[in-house]
Amino acid sequence: MAALFKARRALGMAVGHGVRCLTQLAELPELHQMMRQTCRDYAQKELAPIAAQLDKDHMFPAKQVQELGAMGVMAVEVPESLGGAGMDYLAYCLAVEELSRGCASTGVIVSVNNSLYLGPILKFGTEEQKKQWITPFTTGEKVGCFALSEPGNGSDAGAASTLARKEGDEWILNGTKAWITNCWDASATVVFATTDKSLKHKGISAFLVPMPHPGLSLGKKEDKLGIRASSTANIILEDCRVPLGNMLGERGMGFKIAMQTLDSGRLGIAAQAIGIAQAALDCAADYAHKRTAFGAPIGKLQAIQFKLADMALATESARLLTWKAAMLRDAKKPFTKEAAMAKLAASEAATFVSHQAIQVLGGMGYVTDMPAERHYRDARITEIYEGTSEIQRLVIANSILKEYQQ
Amino acid sequence: MLNPAPNGVTPLALRIDPSAEVYRCPASNRGRSTMSARVLVGVKRVIDYAVKIRVKPDHTGVVTDGVKHSMNPFCEIAVEEAVRLKEKKFVKEIVAVSCGPQQVQETIRTALAMGADRGIHVEVSGKDYETLGPLQVSKIMAALAKKEEADLIILGKQAIDDDCNQTGQMTAALLDWPQGTFASELTLEGGKLKVVREIDGGLETIMINMPAVVTADLRLNTPRYATLPNIMKAKKKKIANVKPADLGVDVSSRLEVLNVEEPAQRLAGVKVETVEDLVGKLKEAGRI
Repeated sequence: MAALFKARRALGMAVGHGVRCLTQLAELPELHQMMRQTCRDYAQKELAPIAAQLDKDHMFPAKQVQELGAMGVMAVEVPESLGGAGMDYLAYCLAVEELSRGCASTGVIVSVNNSLYLGPILKFGTEEQKKQWITPFTTGEKVGCFALSEPGNGSDAGAASTLARKEGDEWILNGTKAWITNCWDASATVVFATTDKSLKHKGISAFLVPMPHPGLSLGKKEDKLGIRASSTANIILEDCRVPLGNMLGERGMGFKIAMQTLDSGRLGIAAQAIGIAQAALDCAADYAHKRTAFGAPIGKLQAIQFKLADMALATESARLLTWKAAMLRDAKKPFTKEAAMAKLAASEAATFVSHQAIQVLGGMGYVTDMPAERHYRDARITEIYEGTSEIQRLVIANSILKEYQQ
Repeated sequence: MLNPAPNGVTPLALRIDPSAEVYRCPASNRGRSTMSARVLVGVKRVIDYAVKIRVKPDHTGVVTDGVKHSMNPFCEIAVEEAVRLKEKKFVKEIVAVSCGPQQVQETIRTALAMGADRGIHVEVSGKDYETLGPLQVSKIMAALAKKEEADLIILGKQAIDDDCNQTGQMTAALLDWPQGTFASELTLEGGKLKVVREIDGGLETIMINMPAVVTADLRLNTPRYATLPNIMKAKKKKIANVKPADLGVDVSSRLEVLNVEEPAQRLAGVKVETVEDLVGKLKEAGRI
């Protein structure tokens, strides 16, 4: 009896101290359920009705981003002392999933600000840098972006050709960054540049650059297939000068910062992909009830039933992988392999589910009257950005091989 | 000015002299300034508005097991109004109250996340919960209002599951407090409450003394989304547990539900060619 009491108390303390256990996968804690519900309500009422128009007009949802900032969603993990919501990574993944279910572009805007911009500054920034570069970016008034990829290297991040040289009390940056999400709407960026070419990837450093800034200009907005409400463009640095205090972390730490940031950012994208998959599944399942053919709703046909089952299976599996990776991260345990698995599973689920959703809707899936075509277009990028599916497979394989090291 | 009924008899409620602007209530204003006012807000856990309701096979009620529940939308509006009063510094403390089994604590916590300060869970479960209705709830609210020394009670005008629209009115009567029901606007003016009410004929403005009962109508406000920091804070706020017996209230029901059934299936109509045909058909059916 005493042993049982002790065990139960230990479990209670473990849960209370934020160390997640498997029962959390069965039912989320009340706090997380409440915040998931509030994000779902917001997405249903404020994002879903305007998502099609935002996509058509390539329009940044400034008002919604401000409202989300007021709700604390633009800085979920940032401690309250710096203006954030002070919640854990699982809460953040739930938020991005629910918001992406309403509008995938808004989901990525929230994800990039949280994981790719605030994330590295929170982890590697000095107290001064945190106050200057985090607090104004928690309210939704300002968003940040992350500049790693270049026209010459995406997956090959170690070959950064953007250069940074020191001159007096300034760093001078020169080069071009490509595919930068949020850049036309951002007020600051984390830029990666080579400080010591001879050290190869150990010679890359990270810098904080405000936007706009002399020497920093933006390329034309890319005309993308999907997530069109979020801006993507090149950032061109021509003798862009920043004070020495704008270096993030130590000199040469840039690659490490980038990789660790992407590990977490991966989960944000996984959550976005699951949101898109869920929205596509909602659309298909609803249609299966309503559309009649051969004298009955098409949901009665096994061909459609098998599709819906596979779609639901893919979505739920990816969701559980994402939750597990988030819980491991919250418990400060290694999560690289699980994060890569989550992103891979979720992005492939998103493309699969949205593809099948169009199939279930038939002709209606091909026209803009129904959201299925937008989910299909939005889903495709999730297999590419923040680590292509191929890179994810390499990360997972490396992890496995290490585990089985002779 | 309210119009009298067509048959010339003015209902009792309308016989009150409309020129009398202040409906005085015998229970005196407690002498506490509005700055330290305490508001009681009732929140009810109901089946979510978006759920398709199904009647139980034994026709004793509707299916509630495993069905999504949430806070009654009019109760959300009531909580939002209380929070706005607190932000305007008219009110010092908001207490959210709900009657029911363990699950209603979720509803109370939602109210706490919206800005209420503490909660009271009145435990009612099993058969008592199935038969819980406005009369018992209003007795509970009245008892709590006296116990907590509340200055204002804000409730939703009705619940979307039973559509009774009685609890606010009954609570006011039990406490002998003035009531401002169907409120679409609520302001404090010189220590009195100015309530704009939505009535059949339009809008009616009344001034009532505190303590009072107000019930919220749809256009009173648009409830806020719970922010993440507030959801975190809600975790630390206290919910007290109370039994109806502790308040001296008997929750046994005087009503017995005999049967519950779905509304009749809508039958297909008849299409006619001309307006004359339509008038003819309506006359045939005795409708005009």
